[in-house]
Amino acid sequence: MLKLERRPAPSRLWTAATPVLAVIATMIAGGLLFAALGKDPVEAIRTIFWDPLFGEFASYSRPQLLVKAGPLILIAIGLSLGFKAQVWNIGAEGQYMMGALFGAATGLAFYPTDSVLLFPAMVVMGAFGGFLWAMIPAVLKLRFGTSEILVSLMLVYVAQHIMSAASFGMLKNPEGMGFPGSRNFQHYPAAFNGELIAGTGMHWGGVAALGAVVAAYVLLSRHILGFHIRVAGEAPRAARFAGVSPALLTSVCLGTSGALAGLAGLFEVTGPAGQITTDFASGYGFTAIIVAFLGRLHPVGILLAGLLMALTYIGGELAQLTLNLPSAAVQAFQGMLLFFLLAFDVLANFRIRLAGRARA
Amino acid sequence: MQRRTLLKSSAAALVAVSLAGPALAQDPLKVGFIYVGPIGDLGWSYQHDQGRLAIEEEFGDKIETVYLESVPEGADAERALTQMAMQGADLIFTTSFGYMDPTINVAAKFPDVKFEHATGYKRADNVATYNARFYEGRAVMGTIAGHMTKSNKIGYIGSFPIPEVIQGINATFIHAQKVNPDVEISVVWAYTWFDPAKEADAAKALIEQGVDVILAHTDSTAPLAEAAKTEGVIGFGQASDMLDFAPSPRVSSIIDDWSPYYIKRVQEALDGTWTSTDTWGGIGEGEVVIGEITDAVPAEVKAEAEALAAAIGDKSYHPFTGPLNKQDGSAWLAEGEVADDGTLAGMNFYVEGIKGDIPQ
Repeated sequence: MLKLERRPAPSRLWTAATPVLAVIATMIAGGLLFAALGKDPVEAIRTIFWDPLFGEFASYSRPQLLVKAGPLILIAIGLSLGFKAQVWNIGAEGQYMMGALFGAATGLAFYPTDSVLLFPAMVVMGAFGGFLWAMIPAVLKLRFGTSEILVSLMLVYVAQHIMSAASFGMLKNPEGMGFPGSRNFQHYPAAFNGELIAGTGMHWGGVAALGAVVAAYVLLSRHILGFHIRVAGEAPRAARFAGVSPALLTSVCLGTSGALAGLAGLFEVTGPAGQITTDFASGYGFTAIIVAFLGRLHPVGILLAGLLMALTYIGGELAQLTLNLPSAAVQAFQGMLLFFLLAFDVLANFRIRLAGRARA
Repeated sequence: MQRRTLLKSSAAALVAVSLAGPALAQDPLKVGFIYVGPIGDLGWSYQHDQGRLAIEEEFGDKIETVYLESVPEGADAERALTQMAMQGADLIFTTSFGYMDPTINVAAKFPDVKFEHATGYKRADNVATYNARFYEGRAVMGTIAGHMTKSNKIGYIGSFPIPEVIQGINATFIHAQKVNPDVEISVVWAYTWFDPAKEADAAKALIEQGVDVILAHTDSTAPLAEAAKTEGVIGFGQASDMLDFAPSPRVSSIIDDWSPYYIKRVQEALDGTWTSTDTWGGIGEGEVVIGEITDAVPAEVKAEAEALAAAIGDKSYHPFTGPLNKQDGSAWLAEGEVADDGTLAGMNFYVEGIKGDIPQ
């Protein structure tokens, strides 16, 4: 009989090893799934993990990895701060939309200006929109003790309706022949977030994501606030003795994650997406939760996890194209990644013992 | 796959280049499709995929098809389209309105690839557009609805207040009123193309207002399922035939059949006669098909509806023929005047007699 025995502290070795193990296990289980669908599993795995990086058209897909990973990393960094302190912001998707709306509305209000101040103003408003949306669950939690999990999640659906109303109403393109959707920022140079160096995929959103990684790393390892966040999550009682204010910490964590999600939305709507539409949100806010955990809530881990997630999206598309894999199989493949990560987490927190021997 | 491996060795690539002229003629034409939903949605994307299967059957090994399903509109669409073009697609159908800007952008980068965008209004030398005159089918449904309603109230579940949907509402009302001057129409906006729960709620609300004929511009079977619960309420299949609900409440249907158009365009691409066009086919072109009218409809009504469909099909009658006034009473079409396509494509007003406002 096998028995799980809780480790006094999580094993450092296993904590680092589980993401790698999870990826390997996903490749094996995914390979079996693809084989069951009648596809060559080795070919499929190679198409998903290898071709986007080193395949025939890698010069296009490598920059696309950055484009796709940028918002995921930016949002996940913000979420990880809260998650570490046991503050659960599940509504990053809503904050992402509100950031995009605030920023885009600011830009469109001044159409067709060519002021260099416009884009910075939009960035500030984008962050503010996300911040504002995240402060609703924070204030409700502090005043009335509501669950930030439920409130932040429900606000995603509210944001979705505002997004829809905006693309049919106040932000609708006056030259769009009555069709929904805002003006396209590609044709509005002062507000457009294009590639900084052509062909690299690097736009301001990617820069912000890398900046957030560095800032979070410094914050968590060097700054007193980072210490408070860690202590509050690991030992709430000790945190109180150390003088941590739970109210302040909740506000900071939710506010920061909201602002970063809002920034991600702003950079996305002014760059790759180009316009406000009813379908603007495509799940980045939810996928970022997976990225945060896949990256072990560690800034560098999140950077790698975001790139890995982007790889499965782009490789998954390639696999659909070249091997005719159904999109549901690719989604199942991505789901497996989180499943195996959580499953292997057991090894970090528990030791496996033979029950008989332990008794003797 | 084999072709790609072959191309990887540079020697073989040289041979391939030198043989490119004659080799191209042998190569099958690669036709790509991008769908907004899963191909199993039994509505919009399903009907487009039926078109893909139809060209496979028609052209056999002269062509090869690839598709990507559930592609979000926006940034992801642009990447998916680029990947498809890089993988060697020669002709790409982008089957949702939200793919308009991405299609134009990618087409600019691949001047040798032909693109076809459904339901949009932006064209280029290598971007054609196509849509179906769904309002022709609505005219036939409106005639049946006007005869069949006992409460003189018909209900219409609108998806989004865009010209295509408003054309449908107007065409329905004009033809219902022609055979029943007392008829009224109530419109409920669902703000979705596919959401069975919302569509069922909308149908329920209409039935509670005394409506006994329901038309839907949304794609699920939920409105029919809701109609089936109340005695004497009828409805129509939308996008697909929805025969499961025949003979009642489904008394007829509007079927989107993209096969004739896809076959024609692929043939032109094979022949080298493909040019960028704006096609708007209807009953006459076989793109809009009236599903079988069941025995729940009296024989003389059935005959009248079929005669109307035939007249629209052979172009002897246009569903928007004057005299017609706009909702506010101002004149739109004089006696015998026919609406031009430009007005229809941007239609943002109700005709006289419809109560309520179009949400802005």
